[in-house]
Amino acid sequence: MKDLLVLSSSPHIKSPETIPTIMFQVCLALLPAIFVGVYSFGVRAAWIILLAVVSTLAFEAASQKLMGRSISIRDGSACVTAILLALNLPPTVPWWLVVIGAFFAIVIGKQIYGGLGHNPFNPALVGRVVLLISFPAQMTLWAFPSHTIFARVTDTLSGATPLGWAKTHVMTHGTLPDTLPFHISQAFLGQTGGCIGEISALALLIGAAFLIWRKIIPWLIPLAFIGTTFLITGAFWVANPQHYLNPVYHVLSGGLLLGAFFMATDMVTNPVTTLGMLIFGIGCGVLTSVIRLFGGYPEGVSFAILLMNATTPLLDRWTRPRVFGEVKKK
Amino acid sequence: MILHHFPGGIHPNDEKGLTAHLPVENAPVPERVFLPLSQHIGAPAEPVVKIGDTVKVGDKIAEARGFVSANIHASVTGVVRAIRDYPNVFGRLAPAFEIETTDDAPFHPKKNREDALSLPPQTLIPFIREAGIVGMGGATFPTHVKLSPPEDKPIDTLIINGVECEPYLTADHRLMLEHPSEILEGIVFLHHILGARFTYLAIEANKPDAIKVMEETARDTKINIVSVPKRYPQGAEKQLIKTLTNREVPTGGLPMDVGAVVQNVGTTFAIREAIRWGKPLIERILTVTGRGIKTPKNLRVRLGTPLSEILNLCGGWKTTPGKLIMGGPMMGINQFDTRVPVTKGTSGILLLPRDEVGEYHPHTCIRCGRCVTVCPMGLLPNFLGSFAEFDRFDDAARYHLLDCIECGSCTYICPAKRPLVQMIRYAKGEVLRRRKKAAKK
Repeated sequence: MKDLLVLSSSPHIKSPETIPTIMFQVCLALLPAIFVGVYSFGVRAAWIILLAVVSTLAFEAASQKLMGRSISIRDGSACVTAILLALNLPPTVPWWLVVIGAFFAIVIGKQIYGGLGHNPFNPALVGRVVLLISFPAQMTLWAFPSHTIFARVTDTLSGATPLGWAKTHVMTHGTLPDTLPFHISQAFLGQTGGCIGEISALALLIGAAFLIWRKIIPWLIPLAFIGTTFLITGAFWVANPQHYLNPVYHVLSGGLLLGAFFMATDMVTNPVTTLGMLIFGIGCGVLTSVIRLFGGYPEGVSFAILLMNATTPLLDRWTRPRVFGEVKKK
Repeated sequence: MILHHFPGGIHPNDEKGLTAHLPVENAPVPERVFLPLSQHIGAPAEPVVKIGDTVKVGDKIAEARGFVSANIHASVTGVVRAIRDYPNVFGRLAPAFEIETTDDAPFHPKKNREDALSLPPQTLIPFIREAGIVGMGGATFPTHVKLSPPEDKPIDTLIINGVECEPYLTADHRLMLEHPSEILEGIVFLHHILGARFTYLAIEANKPDAIKVMEETARDTKINIVSVPKRYPQGAEKQLIKTLTNREVPTGGLPMDVGAVVQNVGTTFAIREAIRWGKPLIERILTVTGRGIKTPKNLRVRLGTPLSEILNLCGGWKTTPGKLIMGGPMMGINQFDTRVPVTKGTSGILLLPRDEVGEYHPHTCIRCGRCVTVCPMGLLPNFLGSFAEFDRFDDAARYHLLDCIECGSCTYICPAKRPLVQMIRYAKGEVLRRRKKAAKK
């Protein structure tokens, strides 16, 4: 048998890249953020991530078994979902919340549609948003990174992320104070409150740079997403700095970087065309800004990405690239 | 010279180091040759000899039927033993001559047309047509048809294609190194026929020695030797025209629609032989390569030589057999029968060892969009593949299915290992079949 010739259609060579190698590299790119999360919030953060991974894989295997599909937990996609979900949770969440999130992410967000490639929405965000809406108290109970200057103002804050603090302060006092209780460098390095994975812009940027270099994610979506958010929040800040937060905080704190680099770039749920990606990124930025500036929630990245996920099939249809040699219809 | 950019493209390892340094050897004349009546695009040729006839090397044994067709000539001196169904490169049986060799003498030219350039341009085309020359890069389109554009399609650009962008293949590369002045003469003949204003010889940047040799040979001419960047499929006709002239062949159109004619260097060499010496197309250069073959070679082979003869000549399989491919790894055709003969379009024989042949289990499309990024035609291969999968042929046609050139870039890059080109070919066949059916009604 082994001496028989293999027959197939051309081409006969293929790039070494596979779904598992892509997913593995995404996990690798999330390591800096995981490291900062565990360093800042302690072993508890590590347990949350681990629990998310284990329960996600279990739900994936169980639902595939139930639906009579082949079990594909080794392709790494569930692992990416698990890590992203965990990084999007506050470090204080109870264990059962993680399991519920994993259930909604994998079973409702992914397997019900037919598994990897068929899901219209980013599974990790489906999980997170279900938790955010159903358990708002647990999902906004922030802990503070150990040894930070930020810690000294904890008792005066009701919401601990810079964005949440600003929103509450404006609501209660009408304006922002002259000096903020946090600093840009803290948001950059991971010394402000927030979800496990979103606190350090630096860690996220390192991972993002790796993925862009490896061509795993397109640079266009994050650029359009972050750029749009910066411009819109910046315009409001310039018009009324007493009322609106400096756009640099909008970029560096909250879930924008994590969302823009790691979730808006989820290949399954964003457009395949270049123009589609541009519109997708801009749309995410507009929605995020609107929610952050005018919405009830201090943060809007998750909702923005999910809403734009819903437009992906239309964007793909409307932005078909010009075919080589296609003559414009007169 | 300013080069223009075609969309997409990929960068596979070119693997040309296996054979690029090996001079072309003459393969011994086989005991029997098998010459299919159809070695070209268009109607099969009509036999003009009978079983039992004795033929001399270079004799016409089958006549072109219609304009888009090509003559077939005896590639050896011998006796016609049969005209019967024989395995062809497409995995089917098709009528072929079986000629038993009685004499392995090479072709002896009876003419020497030193004055060819003083003849009226149009009178040169019959020499090419008579010699049965077809596009030797692999497309096998009859050359005389390409050189006879209708009145309303003036040609101002002649492009000689020495790009050889398929990985592994080095036949054109060796030809340029070893026969630069013959190629130059062929280009001059073509220029004489077409009267084109611009003449380019495009060579991929990974062949600096060939570029140098051709530049030196063409020093006193107006031929532009252009080094084009290494990017697959740079050598595809439409992509090469775009690179050199910034003109795009309209969808469903031909190069002549944008005033261009593209000829492969191998074809150009054959044209020179036909015009100068009256030599028909009876042999060609091909690369026998891959890590599966014991001794890789560049060979000059008589047409009709069975694969088995060539494999023996190169020492056979070195490793556990994987794939036996006629042509390159991107667009070549997988073979399962070593009786298949070398024909006019055989640019190489590639043997991939078993451990280089992956077994792939296609996954659902994960919409990564890599196929969209690499498609040199600006298509959406992911959607074309899915439409084919679900028999949505009308949707596929609307997404420009028929513009696909089947270069294989999408399938090469796909991380889900989806056989996109195969699905697209299937859909193309269906769409064309339905159109034919609809036209009949």
